[in-house]
Amino acid sequence: MEFSEVFRIALSAIRANKLRSVLTLLGIVIGVFSIIGVMTAVRVLQNGIESGLSNLGANTFQIQKFPVMANREERIKARNRKDITLVQAEYLLYRITTATLVGIESYDHGNVIQSLSGEKTNPNVPVFGENPQGLPTNNWIVEHGRGLTEQDMRTGGHVVVLGMDIVSKIFPGIPAEGAVGQFVKIRGKRYQVIGVFEKKGAALGGRDDNFAAIPLPVFLENFDRDRSLNIMIKAKSPEIYEDCVEEARFLLRTVRKVDPGKPDDFDIFSNDSMIATFDSFTKYVKMGVAFISFISLLAAGVGIMNIMLVSVSERVKEIGIRKAIGARKSNILTQFLTEAVVLCQIGGFIGIGVGILAGNLAALFLEIPPIFPVDWAIFAVVLCSIIGIAFGVYPAWKAANLDPIEALRYE
Amino acid sequence: MNDGTHAMSILIRLQNIKKMYQMGSEEVHALRGLNVEIKKNEYVAIMGPSGSGKSTLMNIIGCLDTPSSGMYELNGTNVSDMNDNQLARVRNKEIGFVFQTFNLLARSDVLHNVELPLIYGGVGGGERKRLARESIARVGLTDRAHHKPNELSGGQRQRVAIARALVTHPSILLADEPTGNLDSKTGDEIMGLFDVLHKEGNTIIIVTHEEEIAAHAHRRIRIRDGHIEHDEPVTDRRIIHHDIAASA
Repeated sequence: MEFSEVFRIALSAIRANKLRSVLTLLGIVIGVFSIIGVMTAVRVLQNGIESGLSNLGANTFQIQKFPVMANREERIKARNRKDITLVQAEYLLYRITTATLVGIESYDHGNVIQSLSGEKTNPNVPVFGENPQGLPTNNWIVEHGRGLTEQDMRTGGHVVVLGMDIVSKIFPGIPAEGAVGQFVKIRGKRYQVIGVFEKKGAALGGRDDNFAAIPLPVFLENFDRDRSLNIMIKAKSPEIYEDCVEEARFLLRTVRKVDPGKPDDFDIFSNDSMIATFDSFTKYVKMGVAFISFISLLAAGVGIMNIMLVSVSERVKEIGIRKAIGARKSNILTQFLTEAVVLCQIGGFIGIGVGILAGNLAALFLEIPPIFPVDWAIFAVVLCSIIGIAFGVYPAWKAANLDPIEALRYE
Repeated sequence: MNDGTHAMSILIRLQNIKKMYQMGSEEVHALRGLNVEIKKNEYVAIMGPSGSGKSTLMNIIGCLDTPSSGMYELNGTNVSDMNDNQLARVRNKEIGFVFQTFNLLARSDVLHNVELPLIYGGVGGGERKRLARESIARVGLTDRAHHKPNELSGGQRQRVAIARALVTHPSILLADEPTGNLDSKTGDEIMGLFDVLHKEGNTIIIVTHEEEIAAHAHRRIRIRDGHIEHDEPVTDRRIIHHDIAASA
């Protein structure tokens, strides 16, 4: 007996009880939806973080006082660490041999930038104090005007490089290059605009185009002086990246007088380490969702079994007829098993479709390309088959073993 | 059974067939040692009151059931000790059932109902359709091939059942009260069809309690209390000359 025939019979049986079938496969839909939805969303976020992190350029790592992602306990512990000072950062800057760039940075959130004609930004602009190398280590590219130079560091000139969003907000109607040379006010001080950054677009974890960079000394003078600095280091080549990390660690431990055998009193992270941290965080989310979905699929499976038992008892006569005209046990078993698996599979496909759509809503919000998690989709299909077989086998076995005489007599 | 050629033409040979059921603590003897031989192209009516054992006999002849003891040889093969799957195969190839309540699949159209034995027999798509259509034409329902059973009259449904029974070219056409659910006029039509099929060379066994129906057969076997009471040729045969195509 060909499979297409078995499949056709299964579909027609499912169609014969549309409402019942739909209600039954709803459980499967929900279970698969939750797995696929969450896995898609997590992967979208992962992609988002990766693209957001790309502002920390290739072969670049960052050193800071606080860990990037940490629980409360770790954060409280890190609070007792000494700040990374300019002296320490410069010690590293001048001594490191394996790095091409050492960016030093501090920042302050929630500033208002105002043009002299009175146009204001919302009070949400992060202002960064940067040394000249801080711009390339952040992958910030100056499109108009110029970036920060050593001279800006020495002279203490009040100059600023603006993100594109700020330019369009406070210099409306002027092309971006027209902003260069203008003056803006930040925290009551006048700064001359010397450059405009290239547009990056919003990305998760990225700083989009709503930010401004000023020379680090000016920042330290006018903003909070006691802030711990971040150091961003770009290795000379991928091959010596690890060496570069170790050299930076050694230099910073030396200058901060960390006793040998004691752990670092600072955190080093790269894109990779941030992704790893994100992964370890999402691992629990994934595990939790997988567990709950598994339970819901188990419940759905019981529903399938129940409906298949009803279906068998409704179709005793049909089974009798089929047996009388020559259906073997295996034919009947296959027929009902296929029906259960097809039922699960329909639910599975709906769940996969809806789950991928829902999971990609995150992509829509973050303006990241949507994804199709092929591996999870295949997993869901396999899982649905297993559920269909596991919970369909008993009803199918019951049908296959009906006595043909009894079954034919059944009314 | 005087010589070899005679033995060859024997289709059904039942030897000392017994069937016992356990009903609670009681043992019920439905058949108490039956001996019957039916030759090819015989037209036999099996009669008997309810409880006589005629249904049990029919189930055994139809390979739906096996005897508790005794030997059943169908078409030269001993089928009395076969397992379920072997019996299913024999039913598929050798037996064409016609039931009182038609027993068609309600959700499937005429064509699919008639195809069904071929599906289980492993006959492939094109050949299967051809055989099914041929069989449907034989009972005069070509223009109803895509109707569902509930769109057909009782007589038409029974014709579909007969087409289904014939489609595998079985050794025996086994009909259980085939006119029991039909009015007498339609019943006559169906019996006329059986008469024609017999003339075409089919072996027909009809289980009935109606004398009028049994009168179509050439041989009448009466069962009572698990024994054969009479086994005799039918002398007062009732023949309906019937044009199948006209009544379709």
